Amino acid sequence: MSRGSAARFVLPFLGLAAVLALWTLVSHTVAADLPSPYKTWTESKRYIFEPFFKDGEMNQGIGRLAFYSLVRVAKGYLLALAIGTPIGFLLGLSRGFHSAFDPIIQFLRPISPLAWLPLGLVVFQKSEPAAVFTIALCAMWPTVINTAVGVSGISQDYLNVGRVLKLSKVKMLTKIIVPASLPYVFTGYRLSLGLAWLVIVAAEMLTGTPGVGGFLWQEYNSLVYSHIILSVITIGAIGFVLDRLMGLLEARFKSA
Amino acid sequence: MAFLEVRGVEKSFTTQAGTTHVLGGIDLALEEADFVAVVGYSGSGKTTLVSLIGGLLSPDAGGIVLDGAPVSGPGPDRSMVFQQYSLLPWLDVYDNVALAVDAVNPGASVAERRRLTEEFIALVNLTPARWKRPRELSGGMRQRVAVARGLAMRPKLLLMDEPFSALDALTRASLQDELLRIWGERRSTVILVTNDVDEAILLADRIYPMTPGPGAVLGPVIEVGLERPRHRRHLSLTPAYQKARLGIVEFLRACRRGETERVS
Repeated sequence: MSRGSAARFVLPFLGLAAVLALWTLVSHTVAADLPSPYKTWTESKRYIFEPFFKDGEMNQGIGRLAFYSLVRVAKGYLLALAIGTPIGFLLGLSRGFHSAFDPIIQFLRPISPLAWLPLGLVVFQKSEPAAVFTIALCAMWPTVINTAVGVSGISQDYLNVGRVLKLSKVKMLTKIIVPASLPYVFTGYRLSLGLAWLVIVAAEMLTGTPGVGGFLWQEYNSLVYSHIILSVITIGAIGFVLDRLMGLLEARFKSA
Repeated sequence: MAFLEVRGVEKSFTTQAGTTHVLGGIDLALEEADFVAVVGYSGSGKTTLVSLIGGLLSPDAGGIVLDGAPVSGPGPDRSMVFQQYSLLPWLDVYDNVALAVDAVNPGASVAERRRLTEEFIALVNLTPARWKRPRELSGGMRQRVAVARGLAMRPKLLLMDEPFSALDALTRASLQDELLRIWGERRSTVILVTNDVDEAILLADRIYPMTPGPGAVLGPVIEVGLERPRHRRHLSLTPAYQKARLGIVEFLRACRRGETERVS
């Protein structure tokens, strides 16, 4: 093993050790209520080693909780793609549609999930569809915007090929516009998934539905602070894995 | 009336920097199976002329008539081969050509369309590479695909805009030879636009020099009195070749001199 690759392998662990040391130090000095890494570990072990146990609605293994959250995110995410992709194509293809809706989109885009959720509860009356609605609404913007940019930026050379061949509207879309914009669309999909996962915690906290975010909020209310940290780490780990998976998928499409 | 008539075609472009008068009254006439070259300096408006005949642009004045029908937009009866290939990178060689075959033969059976696609790929000697994507091909091979696609439309007119300019000298020569062979077999009607005088003489029957813009026009036609089939070797030593070359170069030089005099 060369020096460079040895350093690449060892340094992340040194970084992790430094963060754990800082965490221990802070928990023993300034923040007395913050559980130390050791305490977090001993109180969370069961949730990790028996990830699918179920003692009650809100006391379940972390794997089971993560599964609930992932299913909820998947629903919201797929809804976001189903709505966001066609809107993105319309924005990119039609100047009129762009003029009509781009200002509204720019206005809606920065609104926080916390603001949408109560509205979702009012509209749907139930927490589950309200959470899915919030995830979809917050996660769809990168898909909308990247798709629109990809479609409107298609090289004139490619479009001219279609014009010379007098391709029908459908063929123009399937043979030229969709494949040409696919790399952009996928970048949008990856960013949207990141956002969907980001929103899950807020959505579950406010609706109190079982999942990693709901568990986090409940354990805060029951003063089991170590489980907050367990939830935070779980959320981070799953977010990281999701992003890497989408990155791999995206790279496949880009090279295609 | 000629097979292709270009009459008094003018074109200007307006940008923030102002209006540029690119073409100032182009007249051009071709008969069927003519191979005509337009030679001029880079930036004189050759690409604009090709885009106008191709229908990608519309002229400000004048008109273009192909086979009795006025040109009012792009269509598969005028296929174009550009310097930058413009192949679809997400399709392999076969599908790039098949796209053209399918578009112009909507009534043909699947087997017939497959046969035509294979035929045009074979015509440019790319059968072994037919399942490759454009980025896996060399520049010369990509341009062969573009030529195959252009011919696969069975156009009334093949427009070539500096098709070999981006290639290295050796590849350029071999593609020129190949175009010469294909034209010998098929006798398509071709307009070749180029800045390479030797390429024009090797390939074309008639050559129109184009004055440098703005307001470019075509100079007096130069007939290339070389017999076909032509071969590259010894061609440049023949008196007919020398005469054509001298004619074009003299005209273009005179244009440029005139331009410098006007400026100074």
